[in-house]
Amino acid sequence: MNKYPAWLNVLVLVVLLTGILFALPNIYGSVPAIQLADRLGEQIPETQLRAFVTELESADIEVEAAYLKDERAVLRFATAEEQAAAGEQLRNRYGRDLNIALTLAPKLPAWVRSLGLNPMSLGLDLRGGVYVLLEVDMASAIQKRLESYEQDFNDRLRQAQIRNRVDLDGDVITVRVADNADYEAARNIVRDADSEVLVDDGDDDTSFRVRMSEAQVRARQDFAIEQNITTLRNRVDELGVAEPLVQRQGIDRIVVQLPGVQDPTELDKILTATATVEFRLVDQSGNAPGSRRYPGRGQEPAQILKREVIASGDEIVNASAGFSSEGQPAVNITLDAAGGERMLATTRDNLNKPMSTVFIEWREEEVTRGGRTETRRVKSEEIINTATIRGVFKNNFQITGLNPIEASDLAKLLRAGALAAPVYKVDDRTIGPTLGQDNIDRGFRAIQIGFLAVIVFMIVYYRVFGLIANVALFSNLVFIVAVLSLLGASLTLPGIAGIVLTVGMAVDANVLIFERIREEIAAGTSPQQAIHSGYDKALSSIADANITTLIAAIVLLGFGTGPIKGFAITLMIGILTSMFTAIIGTRTIVNLAYGGRKLQSIPV
Amino acid sequence: MRFLKRTTTIDFLSPSRRRIALSISAIFIIVSLVSLGMRGLNFGIDFTGGILLELGYTEDADVEGIRSELFEAGFEDAQVQLFGAANDVLVRLPPQEGTDQGAIRQQLQATLTAGGKEVDLRRVEAVSPQVGSELAEQGGLAMIIALLLIFAYVMFRFQWKFAAGAVAALVHDVIITIGFFAFFGLPFDLTVVAAVLAVIGYSLNDTVVAFDRIRENFFKLRGIAAEDSMNTSINEMLARTIITGMTTLLVLVALLVLGGESIAPFSIALIVGIIVGTYSSIYTASATALLLGVNAQDLIEPVKDPELIDDLP
Repeated sequence: MNKYPAWLNVLVLVVLLTGILFALPNIYGSVPAIQLADRLGEQIPETQLRAFVTELESADIEVEAAYLKDERAVLRFATAEEQAAAGEQLRNRYGRDLNIALTLAPKLPAWVRSLGLNPMSLGLDLRGGVYVLLEVDMASAIQKRLESYEQDFNDRLRQAQIRNRVDLDGDVITVRVADNADYEAARNIVRDADSEVLVDDGDDDTSFRVRMSEAQVRARQDFAIEQNITTLRNRVDELGVAEPLVQRQGIDRIVVQLPGVQDPTELDKILTATATVEFRLVDQSGNAPGSRRYPGRGQEPAQILKREVIASGDEIVNASAGFSSEGQPAVNITLDAAGGERMLATTRDNLNKPMSTVFIEWREEEVTRGGRTETRRVKSEEIINTATIRGVFKNNFQITGLNPIEASDLAKLLRAGALAAPVYKVDDRTIGPTLGQDNIDRGFRAIQIGFLAVIVFMIVYYRVFGLIANVALFSNLVFIVAVLSLLGASLTLPGIAGIVLTVGMAVDANVLIFERIREEIAAGTSPQQAIHSGYDKALSSIADANITTLIAAIVLLGFGTGPIKGFAITLMIGILTSMFTAIIGTRTIVNLAYGGRKLQSIPV
Repeated sequence: MRFLKRTTTIDFLSPSRRRIALSISAIFIIVSLVSLGMRGLNFGIDFTGGILLELGYTEDADVEGIRSELFEAGFEDAQVQLFGAANDVLVRLPPQEGTDQGAIRQQLQATLTAGGKEVDLRRVEAVSPQVGSELAEQGGLAMIIALLLIFAYVMFRFQWKFAAGAVAALVHDVIITIGFFAFFGLPFDLTVVAAVLAVIGYSLNDTVVAFDRIRENFFKLRGIAAEDSMNTSINEMLARTIITGMTTLLVLVALLVLGGESIAPFSIALIVGIIVGTYSSIYTASATALLLGVNAQDLIEPVKDPELIDDLP
């Protein structure tokens, strides 16, 4: 009686060893390191990795370890001084093509690394850093799309020689034709342009209304969020932050987490900036349809510009700050294929005519309305430069008209791509590194002391069985750490609290079993039988108790954000692993120790 | 080692004892509700929005000095208080209407570090009121959904009278735990919501374990009044209830004492909740089920009439 088959014993052992293996990377601690990533996201080749090391060693900086990880190169150093010196050295040499970030890297031996194992990461509250929650201005994303429909419909109708007027008012585009005879043709053209838009009759027989369908609006919103996430990721990379997190949250929010960053001021500017540029021809006649007047920036004269955009910020694939041949600050632009083709055609057809560069930016402006002030986002469009097209060009050219700082910021923003819709900050938290370290120390000390108290109590109260429960309790901690490492989840302070609570729950399972065994013995059952029925009868209580707590944890995970999520994840993992360790784990040991032989009494 | 002699025979559930328990619960709930109504909760910036700074000074902080400095700089409504240690200060600012939180944060930082003072900005948080109210809404919704799901689960595993008892106990625990925060004006932040949900889990754990034994005894001790059967069950589980409660409290007290100021509200909520939860799983949960007239018949599956099955084609 009370014998597990050999395979089950082996299985428990294998599971335990696997847990230990996955938890292992966490015991090594971390050291200063530098991460190097290619600006364009290309894999850093092995040869270049060796070049970094040679370069640093010739400058008398010792590299503790150098390896490639997820397309990036990681260089590890023994001290922060060496890290700083190496950072400077590498930045001077490679800063143009690579994003270089100072960070901490786990001090894993090569064999652990080669198995692809990683330690669990620490949340911002434990390592310090900046957390920003951004809200995407969806109305403006939709507005932008409607404006492009407006232009598109007008272009198509004009191409079909239909005299028309297209107006955008709110979220409705009204198309009006001059001649009722063209009405059906115009409606068909619009429907052909985009079969998904909703077309309704207008107020009279020469007009009809066009709206975006709900599906289109949703698709547009998703696009805006995805595009913004890509752009924000690029921008964050430009800042040289290691292990940044940029993630969608809910319908219209984006979370940005930057471990190690301490100054959110610089960050604000880069994250929420919406600066971009557009290139338009100057309307020299002054009365082409859709033309409008743009103000000039500073000394720059205002111009009337044509409606058609030759190329815009989204078509720029690379940009760098530099100087023009006259020594003015300039941004060197590289367009993508489509933008380049259009630029080529435009410059060829418009030699010796003027073209303007429009600098577009969203600004916050305070307005006083009805006695209370509120901030509003306003779009400012200013001409920074108008130049005569002297030759034909395509993908590569230069723009001027900015000061050196603006040129460098604009280059960064253009390189990272434009935001599809403006974003603004709704939540923003910075945790200093000292508080992070403090939180770690305190959290771990609390776990240690609490854990120790429980262990002592269990041994005193349940003797050998208490000891067995303690082994299970410890394996449970190993499993929680292993699962967190495996999931790549990060440990936060509330997460530590979740672990603490799990310790309590895991003990409860064993208390239920052991009390039951004591009851059975008191009722005169033989020790072997008592062990058997103790485990058997306690099972349903343990399962019910854990499932109900699991329900609460799942609800927390579903609704919670940030700190609550961290708590819910460890609680959930802890409940599941503790069911394994407290029931099957302890039973395996009990069976090995007491199973299958005659017992006079058992130490419970 | 044992805390209790083999089997206790404490009378938990006789009508007179239940009346006493009911009065105690009623008093606590009324005090809680009145505190919630009169004083309300001391919501943290997680819920109200606003700006929070935690500052670390190298020596003991001059709270009065910081307050007047901030007052002169135009932050009249800044709250300044010590946070855990004499050199650790918390500054809170309510949400500012119509102005950019980021700009205010910078001004605040500039004021505090003016004149090259050595201040460690340990934590800076700026939450917009809109996010705050969303979080409050989500927290409340999470609690209601958790309660509903738990009701459904207990109903599925036991029976509706038990489910009603379990949920009554949970509502009781939640009200008293939150009421405790209102009564003492303790800071109520997002981690406290997590703690209250954990309390729901724990208290339920206790209740379900007791119900499990009650169900077992309903079958084993047939012909005995439901009240006596439940009383026996609670006595049988008493050792377990005390030990588990104690070990969990042991860990939580360690967390409260050593875990640092920012996790203290969380630990307090759990400690209060676990004490109340242990009490309620005996009195509120079982007493409610008794009040609803629970008996052994409720848990016995109706036997199908074999003749009816014969009639089927």
